[in-house]
Amino acid sequence: MATTTPPQDQSRRGTGDRAPGRLGNVIFKGISTTSGVMILVTLAAVAIFLLYRAWPALVANAEEFADVNFIEGNLWVWVAPLLFGTVLASIIALAVAMPLSIGIALFISHYAPRRLAQLLGYIIDLLAAIPSVIVGLWGASWLMPLVDPLFAWLSSNLGFIPLFADYTPPARNITTGGLVLAIMIVPIITATIREVFLQTPRLHEEASLALGSTRWEMIRQAVLPFGRSGMISAAMLGLGRALGETMAILLILSPGYSINFNLLQAGQHNTIAANIALHFPESSGIAVDALIASGLILFAVTFGVNMIARWIINRRAEFSGAN
Amino acid sequence: MSVAAPPVPTRTYRRLPAWAPYAVLVVSLAVTAGVLTSLGALTIASMFFVSAIVYAVAITVTSTVVEGRRWATDRLATTLVTFAFLLAVIPLISLLWIVIGDGVERFGPTFLTTDMVGIFGSMVEGGVAHAIVGTVYVTGIAGLISVPLGIFTAIYLVEYGSGPVKRGITLLVDVMTGIPSIVAGLFAYTMFLVIFGPAYKSALIGGIALAVLMTPYVIRSVEEMLKLVPNELREASFALGVPKWLTIVKVVLRTAVAGITSGVMIATARVIGETAPLLVTVGTIQAMNWNPFDGRIETLPVYVFRQYAQGGPAADRAWAAALTLLLIVMLLNLIGRLVSKFFSPKGGR
Repeated sequence: MATTTPPQDQSRRGTGDRAPGRLGNVIFKGISTTSGVMILVTLAAVAIFLLYRAWPALVANAEEFADVNFIEGNLWVWVAPLLFGTVLASIIALAVAMPLSIGIALFISHYAPRRLAQLLGYIIDLLAAIPSVIVGLWGASWLMPLVDPLFAWLSSNLGFIPLFADYTPPARNITTGGLVLAIMIVPIITATIREVFLQTPRLHEEASLALGSTRWEMIRQAVLPFGRSGMISAAMLGLGRALGETMAILLILSPGYSINFNLLQAGQHNTIAANIALHFPESSGIAVDALIASGLILFAVTFGVNMIARWIINRRAEFSGAN
Repeated sequence: MSVAAPPVPTRTYRRLPAWAPYAVLVVSLAVTAGVLTSLGALTIASMFFVSAIVYAVAITVTSTVVEGRRWATDRLATTLVTFAFLLAVIPLISLLWIVIGDGVERFGPTFLTTDMVGIFGSMVEGGVAHAIVGTVYVTGIAGLISVPLGIFTAIYLVEYGSGPVKRGITLLVDVMTGIPSIVAGLFAYTMFLVIFGPAYKSALIGGIALAVLMTPYVIRSVEEMLKLVPNELREASFALGVPKWLTIVKVVLRTAVAGITSGVMIATARVIGETAPLLVTVGTIQAMNWNPFDGRIETLPVYVFRQYAQGGPAADRAWAAALTLLLIVMLLNLIGRLVSKFFSPKGGR
């Protein structure tokens, strides 16, 4: 359509400050940017507030903890076994969850029929949606009796290995805790690995099959090498999640403050998160500060683990052949 | 399409027939059942694990004999992968089974409408009304904070952000997803302690704690949805002279509204079951508290934990409350998925 524009419109278009919606643009962009910056502020605030309250405990000496019945020695002496327990439980969880997740991811991406795969993926996601307190309840009332004969067998037949020595039921030990954590981190690890496996270049897979490989050989030649960094970062993400899980451990583990590898004995280990949840409601004064300090340490550890995981993912995204 | 039939493979005799794995499976199951029964150790768990091992060995041996080592390895891998998947489904099924089985006993209208005032010892009465109200308050506050914050952050990341700031925020959002829930609780606790002093207790503190956990989920899902909106729509809107902010509100957000709704519902389902942060912030109380800004308040996850820890008849209440919580979570998840399935624009995936 050829219409002549009125001259006054033309002149108005020239002056930028009368452009329609300019004020709206400024406000809207301002709100959005502020929100983005709020994320930085929130994370900084988490660190600062925790540090502020934890400081008295961080610099306190052993005498100041004398009144607190669950702390012996100074803060670091007290946190070390907790940190050890946290890492131990997470490592057990990861050792169980990792092969399982790779299997599930392979099953969904390369074995199950396409339509079924979607449903299966959804079922695994459903596992992630179940609240941790319910998983903990389930672990304490279903899994514990289930693993009892297995642990008893391990202890009586392989008890000469210190790892498995001296099991006494009920199975309120770090291994059961680790198994429940494994159930909880399987969905996040599987989801990440599945995404990577699905991105394997189709041509690599077809080339491998065309050369006469079996399906497993194709997976070993094309899928697994391509997904290696993805699997590593998935493991890190799972580790980060396992380090911070509270309720499952709290409901299952019978706590203790030792550093040892007696995997089947109750009353040996505890995790930072479960320890906070256990003692926080009844604590006051310097005890609260100490618990917050342990929370700060947990925050630092998970922050580091997650940073590394994301760093690996991002590095991969830039150089992978999939893009 | 007419394509010449491929030549018939000449070495079919070297492969097992398609029914062979099933036959081996049936035989393995029968053998395992027989042996376990004679040992008196026949349970579902032992049956599952032992027969899986028997089957894996049997199929590998059969395949090695008939097909050779390479195909045997392939069959073993298939078995292990399938086994891994079944192993992951078992917890889910058994969990649903026992939560429903144990929870249904006490669950019912009376349970949902009474609170715990005057319930002690071995009394079997009592319910979760006060905990449901508390959960709605705490989650509602978390949602009021994190939904606008999350949506605007996602808008910033997709529509405005660029360069290192954008990359930094994306990275920190990812890292924030991994904050341990109990640390979020400690943060909210210390923040209110520092600002308002130790006397102040309310649902608001729990809401802040959950908001820290919920915001990254909201950002993630909304960001994904906004990225799916085709650029042509934005360009068409700009070409018509619509200002950028109106384009975002009327075109981008409008197109992605189904995805955003479902993302928010799934994020809510994620945080509604968080226990640890509420355990350290809002604590627990027996009575109904209608005021979200003053006084302690009970929430469902904490109720489940406290009742279970108490044992005896309280454990039944814990299971019933767990069932309530599970129903809420599953309902939110289901609605979220249905909304995104039926109301999303087609062709976006």
